[in-house]
Amino acid sequence: MKNIEMKRRDFVKILGLASGGLLFGCNVSADKLVVNTLEDGISFVPNLFIQLQKDGKVTIVVARSEMGQGIRTSMASAIAEDLEADWKYVTVQQATGDAKFGNQNTDGSRSIRTLLNPMRKMGAMARTILEQAAAKKWGVAVSSCKAENHFVKNSTTGDKIFFGDLVEEAKTIAIPTDAEIILKDKKEFKYIGKKVIRGIDMEDFLYGKANYGLDARLPNMKFASIARSPVTFGSVKSFDSSETEEVSGVEQVIQLDRLIPPAGQFFGMLGGVAVVANNTWAAFQGKNNLNIEWESGLNEAYDSEKFKEKLISRIQNKAKVVPPFRGNVDKAFKNADKVIEATYTMPHLVHAPMEVPNALAWVRDGKCDVWAPVQDPQTVRAEIAHFFGFAIDDITINVMLLGGAFGRKSKSDFVVEAVALSQKINAPVQVVWTREDDIQHSFYHAQNAQYLKGSLDEKGKVTGWLHRVAFPSITSSFKPMSNYIAGFELGMGFTNNPYNIPNLQIENAKAESHLRIGWLRSVSNIISGFGINSFVDELAVASGKDAIDFRLDLLGKDKISNEKSPHPFNVARLKNVLLEVKKLSNWEEKLPKGHGLGVAIHYSFYSYVATVVEVSVKSEKVNVENIYSVLDCGMYVNRDAVINQMEGAAIFGMSLTMFGKISTKKGAVEQSNFHDYQMTRMIDAPNIHVHLVDNEEDPTGVGEPGVPPISAAITNAIFNASGKRVRTLPLSEHGMV
Amino acid sequence: MQTLTINGKDYQVDAPESMPLLWAIRDLIGLTGTKFGCGVAQCGACSIMIDGTVVRSCSTMVSQAIGKNITTVEGTSESLEALRQAWRNNSVPQCGYCQSGQLISAAELLDTNENPTDEDIDNAMSGNICRCGTYVRIKKAIKEAVELKKQA
Repeated sequence: MKNIEMKRRDFVKILGLASGGLLFGCNVSADKLVVNTLEDGISFVPNLFIQLQKDGKVTIVVARSEMGQGIRTSMASAIAEDLEADWKYVTVQQATGDAKFGNQNTDGSRSIRTLLNPMRKMGAMARTILEQAAAKKWGVAVSSCKAENHFVKNSTTGDKIFFGDLVEEAKTIAIPTDAEIILKDKKEFKYIGKKVIRGIDMEDFLYGKANYGLDARLPNMKFASIARSPVTFGSVKSFDSSETEEVSGVEQVIQLDRLIPPAGQFFGMLGGVAVVANNTWAAFQGKNNLNIEWESGLNEAYDSEKFKEKLISRIQNKAKVVPPFRGNVDKAFKNADKVIEATYTMPHLVHAPMEVPNALAWVRDGKCDVWAPVQDPQTVRAEIAHFFGFAIDDITINVMLLGGAFGRKSKSDFVVEAVALSQKINAPVQVVWTREDDIQHSFYHAQNAQYLKGSLDEKGKVTGWLHRVAFPSITSSFKPMSNYIAGFELGMGFTNNPYNIPNLQIENAKAESHLRIGWLRSVSNIISGFGINSFVDELAVASGKDAIDFRLDLLGKDKISNEKSPHPFNVARLKNVLLEVKKLSNWEEKLPKGHGLGVAIHYSFYSYVATVVEVSVKSEKVNVENIYSVLDCGMYVNRDAVINQMEGAAIFGMSLTMFGKISTKKGAVEQSNFHDYQMTRMIDAPNIHVHLVDNEEDPTGVGEPGVPPISAAITNAIFNASGKRVRTLPLSEHGMV
Repeated sequence: MQTLTINGKDYQVDAPESMPLLWAIRDLIGLTGTKFGCGVAQCGACSIMIDGTVVRSCSTMVSQAIGKNITTVEGTSESLEALRQAWRNNSVPQCGYCQSGQLISAAELLDTNENPTDEDIDNAMSGNICRCGTYVRIKKAIKEAVELKKQA
């Protein structure tokens, strides 16, 4: 998925808008290097648009979901940059879910990574047309016409003309040739890499006007709340709704069967008993008043504490060996000066975005319209077509703003529920999850256990490394009985271990799933980031070396891996962020008693992060004082948004380290709301210091890479402050918060 | 029918007795700036002011607001405008969802405390969860809003 090269044939200019404006389009499919073109004889469907109106207004169609990462602003500013647009004229229109936009799935920290170049080229194409239009109007050579901040200037006469006043002339200009479309020089950037003054949705946020999924409204719409089996995949045996029907506002009670997705795709829905009402509160109350007898089914016995013990025991023994293999670990351990072993565990986690899962669906006249906060509108569309038999073109997914998502809203079960209900009641209906529903019926981040064994020679050099890991795979949500970790999960920090260790072995032990498992911000990198960074720290202590020097040495010589990657791993960049964070955190400065620094590094989503955390430990209680993070994500668009993402990632990582635990008894999740699934709050928030590495490398991930190093940086700091090594998260389990 | 006065405007609602204000405001009146986050006064997303005091509207009955002045994020005040300017200056929001509640809690602080300390800010704001983790910016923006308000 390398940044796509755009050619002239990929662009189109569309005339005849009712508004009298001008629309530029191009075809870019984010996951394809080959794009459909006119020359290929395949119908040309433009999917990236810029509209220019006579009043100067520029509208950019954004086909990625906004969930706090600022993508609507970043995409618009990347286009505005090469268009030479004045930011005050720029607005954004959200695209509906449609395959013509290429992959719209907003996950994997990939939007800017794959789209920066096409967006810039699009802006440059439009700017070139405007410059040529001005040249034609003035009867001068285009070389003397230069666009600048929404005007084209004539360098000879000093005349200037407003973009909006060039609309008519621009309609007569042909798409420029490839040689004519020239990207701006980086030195002239006004937006890319700079702080964009106004986030595109800022005013709406500040006045409560932003439309999230939960704010979608239709005349005469209904609201629904669904009771789902406490045990995953349990079903309704019988129910009594008499007390529900007494609730004022409740209109219908409807049983929904579970929809099981076909192997390998989609999410289906859990089923249960739905209460339909004329307001959300009545639906909630009605649900609470249901008396349901559940058939718990296969997952009834799931006790997460017992399962943790099972995982720990499994990783004490040899498990399935997965590539890469290097050298011979057994020999290394045998010949070692010192052998160190450690076992680490983390519980299930849940995303808990502030906006709960919800969807408004309206099925009528063979069509299905949805308004929902979704990360992956095309999967939603395909899933609806699959389960309900609509033609794909009869399904419209209106992507609303997402009040946080963190991976939860790329699973479309809540939309499927709304469609199923709307079809049954022949009315528009919004399914609203309560917070309890969200905490208890999610697609959880996997509970996990890791065993690491390492050997040191007499000089304190690492000679051998064995990493055994077990957790239920995300694959189990798509293919039951998938009891081993998938390659894509192992590739998040396990099999691409960055260290230069001569003898290395990675093993995967079995882990069954008894909850729906899903990805959560940075996914399995959370697990590898904790295990590997903790264990390297333990090895550094055993070798008597400084934690940063030890890591620099262990990373080995500078080299770029020759894997077939769009962004090959460059060990020098990982060492560089580590050196930068050493400076940023004043690593060598003496701290007050009871304070300690801890370091962690992690490479994920092609970006390089190093984090140092300062904690203080008083009477066994941990306080996080400072978090220092350095990110190398190559070229970035909105500098301030990137820093904001890193700050947020630090808090996200802190929440899961301090409090994050979903546990089950008799198959049911024990936590229910923010009182027992706690978040870091302002009173516990540390100072956060972020440094971005400036270089000319291709853009890589931003939204997720800040999370993985946080846990181990905190626990390593706790060790340095107090001598206590925490190997089981969260800290609340140890009475440390 | 009951009359609710929100941001200086009267609204007639027919709310069942047990209905919390949040749902009367969102579903019956249609002002959707006030957000649902937890339903049990744990997250602060639904914060509104009643006669200048912050309450969690998910856990406050409609009857408690009759004859009083409700301020939501759609409203305005000297403190709210200073906060908005500081929010802009510091690009505070990420997803923005919790910010309605954050602004309302911060507005009460600014209304009642001319020179809040870090501790005052922590105490006033720790009932409001931001899952995106914008606390550092919220705190900085509140301090800036205090200054903006003094200059105004």
